[in-house]
Amino acid sequence: MSNNADSDSDRPVFSSPKDAAGDPLLRLDRVSKAFPVQSSKLFRRSRELVHAVEDVSLEVRPGETLGLVGETGCGKSTLARCIARLYDLTSGSVIFDGKDISYMSRREMRPLRREIQMIFQDPYGSLNPRRRVGSIIGDPFAIHDIGSRGERKKKVQDLMELVGLNPEHYNRFPSEFSGGQRQRIGTARALALRPRMVICDEPVSALDVSIQAQIINLLKDLQDEFGLTYIFISHDLSVVRHVSDRIAVMYLGRIVEVAPAEEVFECTRHPYTRALLSALPVADPDAADRRESIVLVGDIPSPTHPPSGCRFHTRCPKARPDCVRINPELEQVFDDGAEHLTACLHPLALGEDMSLARPQIEDSEILMAPRASVKSPGGTQ
Amino acid sequence: MSLSPTGPAAAAETVEETEGKVIEGRSPWLLGWQRLRRDRVAMISLVVIVLIILMAIFAPLATWVTGHPPNQQYRQIGLTPDGLPMGPSSHFWLGTDDLGRDIFVRIAYGARISLLVGVVATGIAVTIGVVVGLAAGFFGGIVDTLLARLVDVVLCVPFLLVAIALVSITGPSLTITIVVIGFFSWASVARIVRGQVLSLREREFVEAARSLGAGDARIMFVDILPNVLAPVIVYSSLLIPVVIVVEATLSFLGLGLPPPTADWGGMISDGQNYYTTAWWFLIFPGTALLITTLAFNLFGDGIRDAFDPRSDQLLK
Repeated sequence: MSNNADSDSDRPVFSSPKDAAGDPLLRLDRVSKAFPVQSSKLFRRSRELVHAVEDVSLEVRPGETLGLVGETGCGKSTLARCIARLYDLTSGSVIFDGKDISYMSRREMRPLRREIQMIFQDPYGSLNPRRRVGSIIGDPFAIHDIGSRGERKKKVQDLMELVGLNPEHYNRFPSEFSGGQRQRIGTARALALRPRMVICDEPVSALDVSIQAQIINLLKDLQDEFGLTYIFISHDLSVVRHVSDRIAVMYLGRIVEVAPAEEVFECTRHPYTRALLSALPVADPDAADRRESIVLVGDIPSPTHPPSGCRFHTRCPKARPDCVRINPELEQVFDDGAEHLTACLHPLALGEDMSLARPQIEDSEILMAPRASVKSPGGTQ
Repeated sequence: MSLSPTGPAAAAETVEETEGKVIEGRSPWLLGWQRLRRDRVAMISLVVIVLIILMAIFAPLATWVTGHPPNQQYRQIGLTPDGLPMGPSSHFWLGTDDLGRDIFVRIAYGARISLLVGVVATGIAVTIGVVVGLAAGFFGGIVDTLLARLVDVVLCVPFLLVAIALVSITGPSLTITIVVIGFFSWASVARIVRGQVLSLREREFVEAARSLGAGDARIMFVDILPNVLAPVIVYSSLLIPVVIVVEATLSFLGLGLPPPTADWGGMISDGQNYYTTAWWFLIFPGTALLITTLAFNLFGDGIRDAFDPRSDQLLK
């Protein structure tokens, strides 16, 4: 595990927690992914880069579920596709089970495909409408040339049973199943080769709530049965809280906070995480009235021209002049454990009321307009 | 259905009535066929098409019934004393042509040429078009640019002029007719396929296949091709009548098959000189051509209605 030597930074990228048993299954070391976009105005053609993921370092341990949350468009799915090597990395490295897979060719990746699988967000789009369910689930066996025809059929039917589908529906087409059943089909396909790690890219966000629970329970059961490691991507915090051992929060292509699931909720450090949590609906209306509600101003800045320094400074109620200049690294703040890392120069203390905070930077430096937009009782300066 | 001796009752709840029977999925093709079967015009057209095909296959039967080979010239009994074609009679059902040949028998044999050219040339066009379209749409970039320009070029070429020039060099033959028509018809197929592939390759199931380790060829032919087949089939069913007409046009212009081969375009061409004195010489081959192309066109329309998801048939 010393193949990240090419990273020229002298600072330890990730302080491995001592209590974590053994090596991580997956290590991301300063993974970046930028997409070129072309905008041509008749004669002037400019090539710009969308920095979808930048400098993401993470570890995933065997058997755990790592939740990945963030707003739409913050790079969660791009990161997932980088890990699954559906995209080529721009820089950084992905180390799976001690092997550096970051720049492997498609041919070299083939055997590894059996170990890393994905479950996709859209249960309609991720299944080929023109193929029978049996052959969709049997695809992994066909691609990796496993078993004879008869054996494959048996295996496919076993898988269908495993995920709670009627094996006799082998010959049906995806359009003959409901959304939840289709997600079960996608799950069966992902599990066909008995992978060690499954990346779930918003597996339940396209389903309605009663079905969400079924699929989540199915995923949990399968994890217990096969000792799977999950990366669970979602924009739904309550779902992530329910399934995850640890949670990583992303904003504009960067990880802003990583911590054990409960700590993210109980001991929030990053202002963005706090804002995200405050958007969670609370069932009790009285409690909902009492709690602070932080409404961030403006849209996510364009990832083509990300803000300097801390990327959140344009919308952060606690922004200070140094936030514009300095890009904070993920590190322990206050007396947090080694498990809890935050990328913030002015993290929140326990119990700090962020609704009273006002950014203290020049207007010219921030893109947002009215300051009073942070909702609070009598919040004028 | 009688109760078969099954296992525990708890399992019976989930198992449907079709116990023991293989549950067949309803494929998009099956659904399309079911819609097509309710389309009366399309079904009548299909019957007509089948009859024409049977006529082509069993053309020798026409010779057997009438006793007239297609190229036999009956100068004594088939022509008037002035040497003009004879009208329909019990002996020559649809009359004779200017050389005293039996028009009925020649129409039956002419169906072979029309169908052969129609199907084979369309087959060539669709094969080239699908491969080019798949490659252009799937690989994108420089491959796409080159192939798309090639398509533009082929669509720009004045087809008839090139066909005339080519035939005047090589001499008329069945092969050259098929090749010329096939080569000039694939470009629109390629365009349709390319457009479809461009949107299909962004779909998640392609990504899913890739994440399973599937290669380009597998993704193109196993995952994408079945999804572009419906528009391709619709288009080819409408391409066949066009090709048949083009073949007739070439024959009419004297660029088709060398005489004495019986083919509809050539017969129409010969018949036009006699339309005042021998209407049957022109009308019967023309009607055969009209019925054939009409049947294929109406059937093609039916297929489009049945397989195009945007057609309002789906809403019923």
